[in-house]
Amino acid sequence: MPIQLDIVTPEKLAYSDEVDAVVLPGSEGELGVLPHHAPLISTLGAGELRLRKGGQEESFAIIGGFLQVLPDRVVVMAENADMASDIDLEKAQEARRQAEQALEGGFVEGADLAAARAALQASLIRIRVAERRQHEGRRRHV
Amino acid sequence: MASQRDIRRRIQSSRNIKQITRAMQFVAASKLKRAQEATLAARPYAEKLDEVLADAAIVLSGEDHPLLVRRETGKRLLVLVTTDRGLAGALNTNTIRFAAQQIAETTGETTTVTVGRKGRDAMRRSRMPIEAHFDGFRERPTFADVLPLARLITDGYLDETFGRVDIIYSHFVSTLVQRPTIDELLPIVPREDTAGIPGNQFIFEPNPGAVLEQLLPRYVATRLFQAALETTASFFSSQMVAMKNATENAEELIEDLTLEYNKVRQSNITREMIEIASGAQAG
Repeated sequence: MPIQLDIVTPEKLAYSDEVDAVVLPGSEGELGVLPHHAPLISTLGAGELRLRKGGQEESFAIIGGFLQVLPDRVVVMAENADMASDIDLEKAQEARRQAEQALEGGFVEGADLAAARAALQASLIRIRVAERRQHEGRRRHV
Repeated sequence: MASQRDIRRRIQSSRNIKQITRAMQFVAASKLKRAQEATLAARPYAEKLDEVLADAAIVLSGEDHPLLVRRETGKRLLVLVTTDRGLAGALNTNTIRFAAQQIAETTGETTTVTVGRKGRDAMRRSRMPIEAHFDGFRERPTFADVLPLARLITDGYLDETFGRVDIIYSHFVSTLVQRPTIDELLPIVPREDTAGIPGNQFIFEPNPGAVLEQLLPRYVATRLFQAALETTASFFSSQMVAMKNATENAEELIEDLTLEYNKVRQSNITREMIEIASGAQAG
């Protein structure tokens, strides 16, 4: 029996389909969900969401939010969700450089500091997810 | 009576105006379409957040989070959302008039935070205190756009500067109807826990308090984001209708002026013919 997985962000419905299993970055560590999971509401950390659907894997870079698990349904409410194949690695690296520069400059504080840290974390996750996908793609072709 | 040349000039300028208003009408129509899509796309997240909040709130009904507490002290804050630009019919006027009514009905101290130039100008004219001002939302508001405003409001509520926060914006009902609306932002009133599985059957990780702690600020931001999207959609639909009316008025004006132009031209010709005829008789 498949699970209905919906990934929603404040701006859009990022994914909606039936999947076989999903692994998420819970705030307390990785969390795997298979059908008939007990009802659960959890906060999400930042990291990679992987889903398996008929032998295919897809992954998303997820940043913050919540998770609601029902026996036949998983709803991910993330601040940000980027499908691995949509991530522009160069842009993510550029964002990382900018965030690092802002932090090294040392003149950011308060809300700006938090924003710069968040931007750095977001770019690092995107880079990691995108790179992992590239490596796997290569392995498959060999 | 105006001369032929004057009338011709007025016809030409009416034509120019018509071209501009017509172009604005079509631009607004296409932007409206995008704004409507954005409003729809944001709905699933907001609905889901409501549901989770209801689940968490029922479990925690004993302990209170400061953002859920109703207070008797502190000022009432009105967040007034308008746009920076006009040429959108009565949209901002209606929202501002509605806000003025709300202010008049409030007993006790009221203060405002304005979003959009039109609202700020109106509050200044009526000598209302303005805690902070934000630029009007852009053509395509993003979630990140509302975060500074959300932070200001929640911080002000947590340090008890504000005892109650409401938001006034233009609710997009349809292309023809936009209604000024007031929504209570703080304290947060969770929805009845009716949908799906009751809250007390969920496992909460790390615990219900921590979930609520993260949920509430995001809930405020989500409500603000929805108001931003609604206002943007209202703006473009109101502008589209206003420009359509302006185009039609210009057309009518051109018709009237053309008629007058022809009359003047005809009477000029008649006069000249009489002059020629009487000249010939005299000679």
